[in-house]
Amino acid sequence: MNYHRFDCIIVGAGGAGMMAALESSRKVGTAVVSKLYPTRSHTGAAQGGIAAALSNLEDDSWENHAYDTIKGGDYLVDQTAAEILCKEAVDCIYELEHMGLPFDRTADGRISQRRFGGHTKPNPIYDPSATPGTDAAKPRIPVMRACHAADRTGHMILQTLYQQCIKQGVTFFDEFHMLDLIMVDGECRGIVAIEIATGQLHTFHAKSVLLATGGFGRMFKTSSNAYALTGDGPAIAYRHGLPLEDMEFYQFHPTGIYRLGILLSEACRGDGGVMFNGKGERFMDVYAPNLKDLASRDVCSRSIEQELRAGRGVNGKDYVYLDIRAETINKYKTSPTGSDVDSHWVEKRLPDIIDFARTYLGVDPIKEPMPIQPTAHYAMGGVPTDVHGRVLRDTSGEVVPGLYAAGESACVSVHGANRLGTNSLVDLIVFGRRSGKDMARYALDREFQPFPANPEAPTRMAIDSLLSRPRTEPWVKLRDEMQKTMMDDCGVYRTEERLTRARDTIAGLQVRYKNLGLQDKGTVFNTNLLEVLELGCLLDLSEATVASALARKESRGAHSREDFPNRDDTQFFGHSFATKHGDGQPTVTYKNVDVITLEKDGKTTTKYPLEIRKY
Amino acid sequence: MTTTDSVRNLTLKIKRYDPERDEKPHWEEYEVEVDGHDRVLDVIQKVKWYQDETLGLRRSCAHGVCGSDAMRINGINGLACKVLVKNLQSSLLTVEPILGLPVIKDLIVDMKPFFDHYKSVMPFLINDDPPPTTERLQSPAERARFDDSTKCILCACCTTACPPFWGDQKYVGPAAIVNAHRFIFDSRDRGAAERLDILNDAQGVWRCRTVFNCTSACPRDIKVTQAIQEVKRAMLTGDIGFDPST
Repeated sequence: MNYHRFDCIIVGAGGAGMMAALESSRKVGTAVVSKLYPTRSHTGAAQGGIAAALSNLEDDSWENHAYDTIKGGDYLVDQTAAEILCKEAVDCIYELEHMGLPFDRTADGRISQRRFGGHTKPNPIYDPSATPGTDAAKPRIPVMRACHAADRTGHMILQTLYQQCIKQGVTFFDEFHMLDLIMVDGECRGIVAIEIATGQLHTFHAKSVLLATGGFGRMFKTSSNAYALTGDGPAIAYRHGLPLEDMEFYQFHPTGIYRLGILLSEACRGDGGVMFNGKGERFMDVYAPNLKDLASRDVCSRSIEQELRAGRGVNGKDYVYLDIRAETINKYKTSPTGSDVDSHWVEKRLPDIIDFARTYLGVDPIKEPMPIQPTAHYAMGGVPTDVHGRVLRDTSGEVVPGLYAAGESACVSVHGANRLGTNSLVDLIVFGRRSGKDMARYALDREFQPFPANPEAPTRMAIDSLLSRPRTEPWVKLRDEMQKTMMDDCGVYRTEERLTRARDTIAGLQVRYKNLGLQDKGTVFNTNLLEVLELGCLLDLSEATVASALARKESRGAHSREDFPNRDDTQFFGHSFATKHGDGQPTVTYKNVDVITLEKDGKTTTKYPLEIRKY
Repeated sequence: MTTTDSVRNLTLKIKRYDPERDEKPHWEEYEVEVDGHDRVLDVIQKVKWYQDETLGLRRSCAHGVCGSDAMRINGINGLACKVLVKNLQSSLLTVEPILGLPVIKDLIVDMKPFFDHYKSVMPFLINDDPPPTTERLQSPAERARFDDSTKCILCACCTTACPPFWGDQKYVGPAAIVNAHRFIFDSRDRGAAERLDILNDAQGVWRCRTVFNCTSACPRDIKVTQAIQEVKRAMLTGDIGFDPST
């Protein structure tokens, strides 16, 4: 048997995993297990920026950032965690810069920053009695907070972290795919993984394991997510009876490339881009009169859906336009500084976006608008953790010894019901770092616990049975049905009827899944086997998503119930925890939102009072 | 915007090799229905998903940023997710693994030698001065100096298109040199002398014969040959545009 022992095992080599590895490996033995070569991780696809209130171009504060994060999440954000996120973001950006990250620079040599949706500061000339529509009538105005390297910020983060891991001599098991967690008496003692190149199973004995496996957007038909994003970490935790938090909150990014779903960064609109419907109207005027195209993502995606439903798509089709031409930016005076820009400036700020449009749409965005539609993008939910990345067993907040989670696979929760643009990268770095630190502390405090005999046996049995079964139907049929169901019945808008149908469809697919057989019976690089195992993860996560969406009879952030169109703070001001018991549907319970209170003149008030969310 | 959804048939010819079944690589052909929006990756996956599940390939992001699916497409290196079928001249599409790295299965090669070369050039910022409490300053011009080489995604399209690399796989290859360039010309870095020393070797930059295959193969449009020439010039002149000792 291939047995390995490390103090810390980190599963996933994206931003969160590598940031944690850099921390823990300074003090204790650490290995990163990743199904992809680290530089293939999807952190590298993040485009527009990483937020931190550096005030390099205009006055800003971490408090502004925290306010935006909490409001952006429609108040379903744990406020202590959000404050940590926004405070530590500043130091983390400097740390990344010291590691060598090539941020774009301001004229005076500091890190350049740009606008992004939902990132604001108080309007210094705000006057509540001002005429609506005038500048003075806006309580808050956009702020340049997103630190960036052109429109390839994630690429630079991923490369820089990998470079630092090489420098520090971090151990990697590249192309090892985690198949199980080793849980003993409610504690995590390691993982089982398959070495993809040989098909051999390996066991990893550890004092603690970090799940940093990323998102699971591949459950939807149109997604910005890589094929690899199948939620292996959360799915495996869920099968061990651990809860998944806030799974009903799945973000659709408003500007995906028509049909393909490839992301066109929010930086397009941060830098002045404008969306138009088929009648040539700037429709965000109607839905978000203050911030317009810079409203947060859930608002923009719903607005596009409304336009399409009203028959105002372009040429009667199901897309609208995103226009980043210099003449459009100048006409609407939407450039960050308000002054005129030229196409050279646009090309320099958004080179990859322009390349994507030219390559995949045959459209030159310097001369024409780009056809876009909402695309499944980001899971606000995931494995529940505390602010040290420790996984929670239930709504009481008790931790699971030895198990950590960070990044998109986790739910701290700093994104609540809707994540702000750029905050995913902040989350990776801040909570990846905190997890790595705490894992090192935990490892130094504790001896290795006994490792069970043959912990890989259930995995081996599952694989052997999959390889020996006759092939009754192609596995992709199940995947295609799952993706269509999730897109149509659990997408931007939801109803009881559609969600019930989705629940039944997914349950039916899970039954058919148990009979699937494969064509590839080999051991070397059997991607047929891996794709089917990944589908199993996506089906289980779809089940949890639909169950949580059915239970939440209100609309909040990215979860829009047409049958319950309003936010209901009396009944649903809480995080959902979906927990699986055997083969049936999961139960959904709720955990209180962490709210910061202030004592003033003997009275208790909340620091971030609940407001109706408007942009 | 292109509105041609024209569906047509295409013959996809794939160089197949399964070490558990085949003595040596062989070609297999598949008929695939394609439309004007299909990427080469889509065509290959149609075969994998709907005709032959045993086909082996790597892929992840599917839009040219992760670097997983480098392969030879009609004889030319590229990322399968960045080449559109409608831009191919013929109705025959051939794909085969990139050259110069051991084939594991079908389109999958062993990337370890490639990453070993990359690691050999110390591809990380070297600067032991205590950092300031905020960011190190760098002017926009200093930042622009190495911008092109920061775009590298380590897909290996360049290195495995390089005839000297085909001839001798001990040559570090274009990708490693590009990543050395990224740090040599970074005004914050202090390790240029060490990296230039590593590359001033028979298996270093002097293996380059300026064939320019690397530059035409790069899916990120990096001027790879130019970067290599700049490293050679720095080696000869000792000039990297700034004084790393200050």
